[in-house]
Amino acid sequence: MPSPDAVAHVRARSPFVDDLPEPEGTLHGAVLPSPVAHGRILRLDTAPALAMPGVAAVLTAADVPGENQIGGIVQDEALLAQGEVHHVGQPVALVVAATPRQARAARDLIALEIEELEAVFDPRRAAERGKLIAPARTIACGDVDEAWARCATIVEGRADSGAQEHLYLETQACLAVPEARGRLHLFPATQSPSGVQRITARVLGLQMHDIEVEVQRLGGAFGGKEDQATPWAVMAALAAHRLARPVKIVLGRGEDMRMTGKRHPYSTDFRLGLDGEGRFLAFEATYYQSSGAAADLSTAILQRTLFHATNAYFVPNVRVTGFCCRTNLPPFTAFRGFGGPQAMFVMESAIAAAAERLGRPARELQELNLLRENDPLPYGMRVRRANARRSFAEAVERFGLGRRLREIEEHNAASPLLKRGLALMPVCFGISFTNASLNQAGALVHIYTDGSVSLSTAAVEMGQGVATKIRRIAAGALGISERRIRVESTSTSRVANMSPTAASTATDLNGMAALLACRMLASRLRTSAAELLDVRAEDLELRGERVLLSGEVTDLGWNELVAATWKRRVDLTAHAFYSTPNLHFDPEEGRGRPFAYHVFGTAMVEATVDLLRGTATVDAVHVVHDAGRSLDPLVDRGQAEGGIVQGLGWMTMEDLVHAEDGRLLSDSLATYKIPDLHFTPTALEVVFLEDAANPAAVLQTKAIGEPPFMYGIGAFFAIRNAICAARPLAVDRFVAPLTNERILGMLDGKREEQGARSEE
Amino acid sequence: MSEGGIRLILNGEAVTASMAPGGVVLDFLRRERGLRGTKEGCREGDCGACTVLLGERAGSGMRYRAVASCLLPVAELAGRHLVSIEGLDGERLSAIQRAIVEEGATQCGFCTPGLVVALTGFLLTSPGLGEEDAMEAIDGNICRCTGYASIRRAVRRLVDGLELEPGALETRHEALAAAGLLPPLFAGIAARLDALEHAPASADAGGIPVAGGTDLFVVEAARLRKERLRLLSRERRGEPVSEEGNLIVLDAASTMEELRQSPLLEACFPSWRRFLGLHSSTLIRNRATPAGNIAHASPIGDMSVVLLALDARLQIGRDGERARTVALDRFFLGYKETDLAPGELITRILVPRPAPASRFNFEKVSRRQHLDIASVNTAFSCTVEDGAIGTARLSAGGVAPIPLYLAESSAWLSGRPVSVATALGAAERAAAEITPISDVRGSADYKRRLLRRLVLAHFVTCFPGLPQEEIAHAIA
Ligand SMILES: Cc1cc2nc3c(=O)[nH]c(=O)nc-3n(C[C@H](O)[C@H](O)[C@H](O)COP(=O)(O)OP(=O)(O)OC[C@H]3O[C@@H](n4cnc5c(N)ncnc54)[C@H](O)[C@@H]3O)c2cc1C
Ligand code: FES
Ligand code: FES
Repeated sequence: MPSPDAVAHVRARSPFVDDLPEPEGTLHGAVLPSPVAHGRILRLDTAPALAMPGVAAVLTAADVPGENQIGGIVQDEALLAQGEVHHVGQPVALVVAATPRQARAARDLIALEIEELEAVFDPRRAAERGKLIAPARTIACGDVDEAWARCATIVEGRADSGAQEHLYLETQACLAVPEARGRLHLFPATQSPSGVQRITARVLGLQMHDIEVEVQRLGGAFGGKEDQATPWAVMAALAAHRLARPVKIVLGRGEDMRMTGKRHPYSTDFRLGLDGEGRFLAFEATYYQSSGAAADLSTAILQRTLFHATNAYFVPNVRVTGFCCRTNLPPFTAFRGFGGPQAMFVMESAIAAAAERLGRPARELQELNLLRENDPLPYGMRVRRANARRSFAEAVERFGLGRRLREIEEHNAASPLLKRGLALMPVCFGISFTNASLNQAGALVHIYTDGSVSLSTAAVEMGQGVATKIRRIAAGALGISERRIRVESTSTSRVANMSPTAASTATDLNGMAALLACRMLASRLRTSAAELLDVRAEDLELRGERVLLSGEVTDLGWNELVAATWKRRVDLTAHAFYSTPNLHFDPEEGRGRPFAYHVFGTAMVEATVDLLRGTATVDAVHVVHDAGRSLDPLVDRGQAEGGIVQGLGWMTMEDLVHAEDGRLLSDSLATYKIPDLHFTPTALEVVFLEDAANPAAVLQTKAIGEPPFMYGIGAFFAIRNAICAARPLAVDRFVAPLTNERILGMLDGKREEQGARSEE
Repeated sequence: MSEGGIRLILNGEAVTASMAPGGVVLDFLRRERGLRGTKEGCREGDCGACTVLLGERAGSGMRYRAVASCLLPVAELAGRHLVSIEGLDGERLSAIQRAIVEEGATQCGFCTPGLVVALTGFLLTSPGLGEEDAMEAIDGNICRCTGYASIRRAVRRLVDGLELEPGALETRHEALAAAGLLPPLFAGIAARLDALEHAPASADAGGIPVAGGTDLFVVEAARLRKERLRLLSRERRGEPVSEEGNLIVLDAASTMEELRQSPLLEACFPSWRRFLGLHSSTLIRNRATPAGNIAHASPIGDMSVVLLALDARLQIGRDGERARTVALDRFFLGYKETDLAPGELITRILVPRPAPASRFNFEKVSRRQHLDIASVNTAFSCTVEDGAIGTARLSAGGVAPIPLYLAESSAWLSGRPVSVATALGAAERAAAEITPISDVRGSADYKRRLLRRLVLAHFVTCFPGLPQEEIAHAIA
């Protein structure tokens, strides 16, 4: 059955927040952002705005009835600035007016005077000054200090990766509707309905049951609506609460780009030691994460960076340390991969440095060091069903590495101005929230007397196909057609205390909860059928909308069974709960089993560099990916392809440019470029690894959302290899993204082009 | 403007727009009409989520174009057929919708309505009906979710399933409606438009001249909302491209897409289609005009740079007055300052026909190769006589306050042999003739180095016989 979501989308019958019918009297909010990166508010005069036509209120920190605090993990972020501002774009006031235009016009009249204080944008400088969000974190295994002496080769260097704007096509938005008896009904575009509920209650001084948060779908999120959706939702709630009127806030694209957080930039020092044969003996890295002005999810993201420091390789001696550095930029946040991509970029840089030093192809070192079954990772967990080597070998074989390398060599010999390069990119990505508490989910399933089914979980549908998958899981468990099942919006009143839809876990957790709930219902139905048919329940099965007895179809169909079961006064509603078993991690010790399992795969990326123009194209991406036993290959393929292309964008054209005073210059689609269809290679092929059943997740599947993103890292090294075919490069400097400007700089032998912009 | 507002056919229904004529169609649809299938992703023409079809009478039938509703003034709707996604959604899924669903080419769905509309635009307007034609037609539609691979598969499925002869464009809509590829409302639409009573859309002589609006409505939509507009699209007289003696004449208000499709220009300037394809996207080129590009005087305007190298002249006139002619290389006076006096309009652009043995090339490097503004662009044309360069014209954008004719480099080139040394000399001279600044599109130093490279690229492209190894050696 085609996904009902897809059908609704092509008919434009999938309302997003800004498309929802506005209740009579809805007011519109516009946010006044701080124009400076760091300063003390001297004067905030809202009177001129209040005097404008249509304006209902101008709200500032003084209007917050509860706590002016929206921080999740660390409570360090005001909803509306109080006293000081810490980044350009930090919300200072909210204007509420009859139309969005009136609200924006009035906002521009607010008088805001700020005494500027010194701002820091470079994470290393922030670290020097002790501006850390949390104490440094370290993960270590073996004895690194002792191991260096045994290394035949040691390479050192620095790898920097840039920020990345999510560019979900639907901007941040929320509609807040006051209801009877002091209740607030919020419709935010958030990945974290319970997070919005909790923080709204905190800010408004209400109880969580006073607030219902409901999400139908998101127009893309990619992590950018996990914590970053909260402020706008809470502001809309605050205004709706104070004015007793519905209030809607929808950020314009420029506002969204200037005010919301992005993927963390990292600057990292690395050191990799190898034995005489090229086996990795020791790895050390210090990550300076630019966290932005508030913690947001930075500490959790850094943790995931540390977990992925050695990517898909076995390294016996490791010590990696990370700093969350407070910089005067919008709080950096979750983005597909959640710190993993930044870590893998460093590891692959170190391998490239070693390969170039040794004059060996990086792929040899990669292959030699790939994880084997049962190998321990630096945090002590051993990999099971390790498909690192399998996927690498299959990629090499299936996509004809040898042939491609020969072709490239011939091409490069014959072509003075165009050089091609190839890189392999293995990925090993851990699945589970690294905060073990979050690995829980609930599902609520009703069967109505007409046999139709309503299914609610904590999963938010944002294009990742979680609704499609969960519907399929439920249909299988109940033995009925998917048409009978409606996957409901995500609501805090139906499922409480939800974890955000994040960390690729939505199907793993919610699908499992839904499966358990459906199994409970199926079991009740079988019991009832057994009584009706006067047989043993163990011999019955629900399949094809009928009851089967020892595999044979009976006269009892789904509708009759449901109706009869209701008559017998059996509960046709089930709630089930799932929590991932055996997860534990001690952050102090840096050891434990933080993941349910790992996802593996290998990409082969090819690129061409135009030496004359200093430009690059990604020619092909071929991937062997371990998707477990895919529930829906159409969805999984789409997730993989979409993730890969985002990863290509991160490594190449996506470049956030700031002015010296911290203002974002690339604040529109005209200046911040993401992949378009011409950029995306026509040769983009994802093959799923066969026989890759995964007992650690629902119905042998594997999470798919994040891991493919990291294949994009291969583009950096493919381009770099193409450049190296023309001229040698410094082996101790790796800076992403490889924009055209940087490529020409590398071709022109400009060392600073390989250095970070943030060094300035 | 007529008393009762602007009359149009919206999807299947004759309606009157009551919004300000200077407002944009995206707001008309979403706010005034409550049609919220058309999405707002950027309000700058850069995402395609707001794509609509604009139909007008042409010959015996209709001419449709996919356009960005966020940059389209409501005034343009007068007497036109406006089609939004709601008008394309019938009881059963169309072939386009089915292809997208079956290939999983929609994830979050936010870009999807725009994609459906743009693909319909492809069916309605593309001379060819192959996969690449379709991909070109949707190159202004950004999707952050799918990575485009599934979109390509959907397009393939769509075009493979088409049982349609390309046929005449004017009646394509009838053929598509008959084949069930378009909803029935398209049948007979020309007659309905003829019968629609509407005041002629203004040629309001006192209004702000709007051609495609693709610069104006990005920069100053708020101001324009309250202004009177003079719609130059309504004042077109002739063919987009014609010939007069030794001149090629471009109607100043022709669209960039019309120029791109011109067989005459392609014949005169090899790779013309590819060069113009580097300007924005199909969606924007369907509205953008060369005159707007020139009059806007952006230092980076692609068309300005191309026409500078082609030694174009502008005919400039005021209503009722005789036109004067200005060489384009004297038209730009300073940053966003031109030779245009208030009330004057560019009416025609005259391009000398190239001499038989001449060369032309255009180079553009931007962050993203398509749908992006250049870091540096440059054009080069020359005649060749006995292995030497005759007259040469070199221009560049993004390297000075104006689109720059590189007079000194051009003069230096004439009479030089076609050689690597000449190429390197020209590159050095060009780099010395410019004054780039650092901005979001690159540092001044980068732009200078880039222009040098692109001048070499002109030579490599125009003179394939030049030894590339030598050039490679020179830049190493
Ligand atoms: C998404 C997007 C991508 C773009 N990409 C590119 C690109 O790749 N390369 C590029 O060069 N540009 C690009 N542009 C800019 C723009 O599309 C072009 O400059 C375009 O040619 C402008 O033409 P227009 O007809 O839309 O101008 P308008 O916006 O209608 O007008 C621009 C200015 O010219 C004046 N004007 C218009 N016609 C005349 C006339 N006949 N006589 C006198 N004055 C006149 C107007 O009053 C106005 O001041 C892009 C724009 C967008 C929105
Ligand atoms: S809203 Fe993005 S192109 Fe119009
Ligand atoms: S499906 Fe989400 S932007 Fe295209």
